[in-house]
Amino acid sequence: MECVFGLVGNGFAVVVADSSAVSSILVHKSKEDKVMILDSHKLMGASGESGDRVQFTEYIQKNVALYQFRNGIPLTTAAAANFTRGELAAALRKSPYHVNILLAGYDKETGPSLYYIDYIAALHKIEKGAFGYGSYFSLAMMDRHFHSNMSVEEAIDLVDKCILEIRTRLVVAPPNFVIKIVDKDGAREYAWRESIKDAGVAPA
Amino acid sequence: MSRRYDSRTTIFSPEGRLYQVEYAMEAIGNAGSAIGILAKDGVVLVGEKKTTSKLLQTSKSTEKMYKIDDHVACVVAGIMSDANILINTARVQAQRYTFAYQEPMPVEQLVQSLCDTKQGYTQFGGLRPFGVSFLFAGWDKNFGFQLYMSDPSGNYSGWKAAAIGANNQAAQSMLKQDYKDEINREEAIQLAVKVLSKTMDSTSLTSDKLELAEVFLSPSGEVKYQVCSPESLGKLLVKVGVTQPAAEAS
Repeated sequence: MECVFGLVGNGFAVVVADSSAVSSILVHKSKEDKVMILDSHKLMGASGESGDRVQFTEYIQKNVALYQFRNGIPLTTAAAANFTRGELAAALRKSPYHVNILLAGYDKETGPSLYYIDYIAALHKIEKGAFGYGSYFSLAMMDRHFHSNMSVEEAIDLVDKCILEIRTRLVVAPPNFVIKIVDKDGAREYAWRESIKDAGVAPA
Repeated sequence: MSRRYDSRTTIFSPEGRLYQVEYAMEAIGNAGSAIGILAKDGVVLVGEKKTTSKLLQTSKSTEKMYKIDDHVACVVAGIMSDANILINTARVQAQRYTFAYQEPMPVEQLVQSLCDTKQGYTQFGGLRPFGVSFLFAGWDKNFGFQLYMSDPSGNYSGWKAAAIGANNQAAQSMLKQDYKDEINREEAIQLAVKVLSKTMDSTSLTSDKLELAEVFLSPSGEVKYQVCSPESLGKLLVKVGVTQPAAEAS
């Protein structure tokens, strides 16, 4: 089942998500990217109802882009997080989106930051956080091994520890994970951790 | 002949003009003037008070300076009742932005949103345009100190020094001559007062005919909006040399 987690290191932030598209007991796909590159310096990892997740994160992404076109300056990560929270809170009172979000970004003035936004529109600025069943294990691992100002190597090592723990301890562990990083040079895919590949179509 | 085209704002004349908008700008040309100067360490706004009667009681210390948000202030030239409406919408916009993003609204965006409202009245509904020009002084983290001027047509532009209201062309050309790029706030105040004293109709400039406000950063990095008190303004006018000290004040 779903695992999304992230942490802030020295000059960067990481967001990790499983990549399984599941409905009920069926796995439809194991390379579904759940970490959206929101703009040049923002990452949005999301878990929750898959239709809601795609709809809502794309809505936020397009609004952040619109802001940038209109005003010629990008939103800061804090502003984007508060905007996202506001939209989620507005939707909550009409037709709620079931999405939990980890928003990571890098700003010139404030450096890297990570925000926790859950489906009932709670917003927290955090250094490490997680959503989904995987959070029981990834949070525990991060509580034990996380410290401020981790290097990229240390952080990725911790991410791998979390993934290993999820794979060994979680009954419904997803097979594949995607790791993305945002730092002064921008938001980008860092690596995949795959234990299975989607089977291709057999040649006729 | 022109009657056919100037009774409605939404219609161009055959020469391609919008008369009502031009008349609105004309109305501002008769209003008390105001000057804004961008300095290295802040922005200075000076406004001319049109004293109507000694008996008039004013409720506020300022007549035409308004604080819009913690980091933006403006000075008005034109019809005050129109200005009040626009200032109210500007304040609402600024708070809406803060509500959505938990950050102060960038100055240009605030000016732009107000000018969108102004523009609307030159195109829709057969209503008259707002007869107001503004000078906005503000600070934001992207572009630092800024000074904007807006007119009834909904145009706005950024300036280093600008004048609106009566005699604005004369003031503008004096500013152009005397403005220096590395000017600081104190010099900017002196320049603004000097220019205003020369372009105003009245022979002697006194503190009850003037308003002065500054936007600057406090040592702790907070944006400050400060209105000069009549007493210190009086002293300043003497210092700059535009009024004679005390004696003839009675």
